[in-house]
Amino acid sequence: MKPKGWRELPPGSVVTEPGSAARFKTGSWRTFKPVWVPEHCIQCLFCWMYCPDMAIKVKDGKREAFDYDYCKGCGICARECPGKKGQKAIIMVEEGK
Amino acid sequence: MAKVVAVTGNEAVANALRQANPDVCAAYPITPATDIMQRFSGYVADGLVKTELILVESEHSAMSACVGASAAGGRVITATSSQGLALMWEILFIAAGDRLPIVMPLVNRALSAPINIHADHSDGMGARDTGWVQLWSENAQEAYDNTLQAFRIAEHMDIRLPVMVCLDGFIISHCIERLEYLEDDEARRFIGEYTPLHPLLDVEHPVSYGPLILSDLYMEYKRVQHEVMAGVSKIVLDVAAEFERISGRKYGLFESYRLDDAEIALVILNSAAGTAKDTVDEFRARGIKAGLLKPRLFRPFPYQGVADALKTVKAVCVMDRADSFGGFGPMHMEIASALMMNGGKPALINKIYGLGGRDFLPEHAEHVLSELNDIAKGGKVRTFKEYIGVKE
Amino acid sequence: MATGPSLKELSKKEELFTHGHRMCSGCGAPIIVKQLLLASDYPIVASNATGCLEVSTCISEYTAWKIPWIHNAFENAAATLSGVEAMYRSLKKQGKIAKEIKFVAFGGDGGTYDIGFQSLSGAMERGHDMLYVCYDNGGYMNTGIQRSSATPIGTDTTTSPAGSVVKGKMQQRKNLTRIMAAHGIPYVAQASPAHWRDAVVKFKKALEITGPKFINVIAPCNRGWRSSTDDAILLSRVAVDTCYWPLYEVEHGVTKINYIPKEKRPVEEFLRPQGRFKHMFAPGNEWLIALFQDEVDREWERLNREAHGEAPGKL
Repeated sequence: MKPKGWRELPPGSVVTEPGSAARFKTGSWRTFKPVWVPEHCIQCLFCWMYCPDMAIKVKDGKREAFDYDYCKGCGICARECPGKKGQKAIIMVEEGK
Repeated sequence: MAKVVAVTGNEAVANALRQANPDVCAAYPITPATDIMQRFSGYVADGLVKTELILVESEHSAMSACVGASAAGGRVITATSSQGLALMWEILFIAAGDRLPIVMPLVNRALSAPINIHADHSDGMGARDTGWVQLWSENAQEAYDNTLQAFRIAEHMDIRLPVMVCLDGFIISHCIERLEYLEDDEARRFIGEYTPLHPLLDVEHPVSYGPLILSDLYMEYKRVQHEVMAGVSKIVLDVAAEFERISGRKYGLFESYRLDDAEIALVILNSAAGTAKDTVDEFRARGIKAGLLKPRLFRPFPYQGVADALKTVKAVCVMDRADSFGGFGPMHMEIASALMMNGGKPALINKIYGLGGRDFLPEHAEHVLSELNDIAKGGKVRTFKEYIGVKE
Repeated sequence: MATGPSLKELSKKEELFTHGHRMCSGCGAPIIVKQLLLASDYPIVASNATGCLEVSTCISEYTAWKIPWIHNAFENAAATLSGVEAMYRSLKKQGKIAKEIKFVAFGGDGGTYDIGFQSLSGAMERGHDMLYVCYDNGGYMNTGIQRSSATPIGTDTTTSPAGSVVKGKMQQRKNLTRIMAAHGIPYVAQASPAHWRDAVVKFKKALEITGPKFINVIAPCNRGWRSSTDDAILLSRVAVDTCYWPLYEVEHGVTKINYIPKEKRPVEEFLRPQGRFKHMFAPGNEWLIALFQDEVDREWERLNREAHGEAPGKL
């Protein structure tokens, strides 16, 4: 794709498409990947609240799958997950394994 | 119906700002510009303008607040001098780069150190590469007229750049002159309503101002700025033509005073031009073909026009009221560039005068014109650059 | 402490800060932004000082912000926003805007405690109706971990390295929250992203108050703190439990501590997981930890006296 020439630039470098960062997929940054174990999930939504990258989809008040397009693999969700009866609902697994 | 008044330059500029009726004004005091903001604050207190006044805690915050307010979507002003302009220096580039039509009277005052509160052009000259449009004013009438026109130039949809209107500190800002005001409704009709572009306050269409731009696109953005600036002269002339129709006063990109057949010429800005014109008249009366060129639009500089205006001149002296130490004064370098465009090569010399408010007297103009006359008649250039009026 | 909305309720709100931003993996700052935007029931216009948050969320044509947002320079998020807010007041008075809009400035500790201090103080003093949120990660992180006045004592940073002669930053950190409270503004608070409910309630409360407000939020930076990418929330919690980062409010001059740890933890629990404090555990450097602990204790006691007029007590 031909890069923009000077004539095609927005005046004053103002970005007019709100949330356009969503076109930039940060999932490739990961070295570890969170895996959701629904049987141990109490749907507390802590993982959703603490995720710095909004990589956990929630629908009708319930968490769904990870959005691996954006998840950077920080592991905060796994760390904070209370799990059920001592078993976490999120475990970190090395990418590519 | 014009209103004839006797007012100072600051008063006249403040009145123009009142007629423009901006939405927001950021104000911080500094001699000799303080009075503009003081008067304006009086207008606010008496309900004569709709302006929200932000009494900021520094000039850096003044220009920062202007950027925020302008991006928010309305007409914005401030005013300053010297150290105040120097303090807001980094934000000036941002205002221009973000394409925000802020209008700012600049009451020209020397830069420290040593600290000096009087007129010279070091402040405005230091800001010449900021991307702001610069209009320079010989007297209070020009300062008033330029301020009104500044809004039209800044807010023009093809331009949308900040504009500073320069006038000499104390000499013009504080001295009373006879001048003519436009009636309020005339001035308002001329200035018109403000049209926002990408206002922050339009929450339905969120925009982001000030992204990080890396080496892949920064240069392209600057190319755009150059292109926009290159289109300013035409707008300045269009606005001046419209202004002439309502005021009877004619403005161009510069003033050519007796230059048509001039063989020697001074190039000089602001109030000292007034003094020098009298001396030019005296030389003309003695049969010497003297002339004077007074730039009005300094940024973007009208190189070709100036080159054409100086085409008959054999010896030119550029009078700078600012210096680039160890080299030539700032306006000298502009004129040298202009003269290169036509290929002709008059002798070109540079004099630095009036720094820190040092008076520029008719005898100084006389001394320079005499020197130019000698050079034009085949004499050699004694020195290319000299300070005049200095205690030896 | 009021209960505020549940996570389920919050999860149904529109996301106004998107993924695709380029903040480091595990950074505390985007969590704070998310919490503030979820807490708000009003449209918000934001300004942002130069720094990690600004530079990573708006690059070229990519912006993570779905609200109007302006970055101007490093030291003027508050001054810039005061201009936006003044324009809003002007246009509202002229009848050109009817909507109720709220104004939030974001700045890191560098752009707030140090270079942005004047601009912040000026904006707060003038009484603009705006909220300033500082995400305090204790250093100039964007430029590669240099000390700021928010950096705690003894910290190893690139401009205050723990060397053989000088063992890290030798000044106690500036108590900016207290300085802002001294401005006499209607609302000042400290919050932590781990204590999300407390944070959300504070953001909500602040946005309902008219006038200048300041909220200081601890924002762990695993790069600058040399901690683990997954411990931002954990370290925020420990920061609160050691009383290094007390959760409190000063509302119209009245101090209220929002959380008293059941057991005040020793500061070592906060220091040990962070590489920037590693040298403090070397033999002979115990005095550094003691200095750190003393200051935490001193401020905790002072805060309690201010809140209760007596020694640490009940809520």
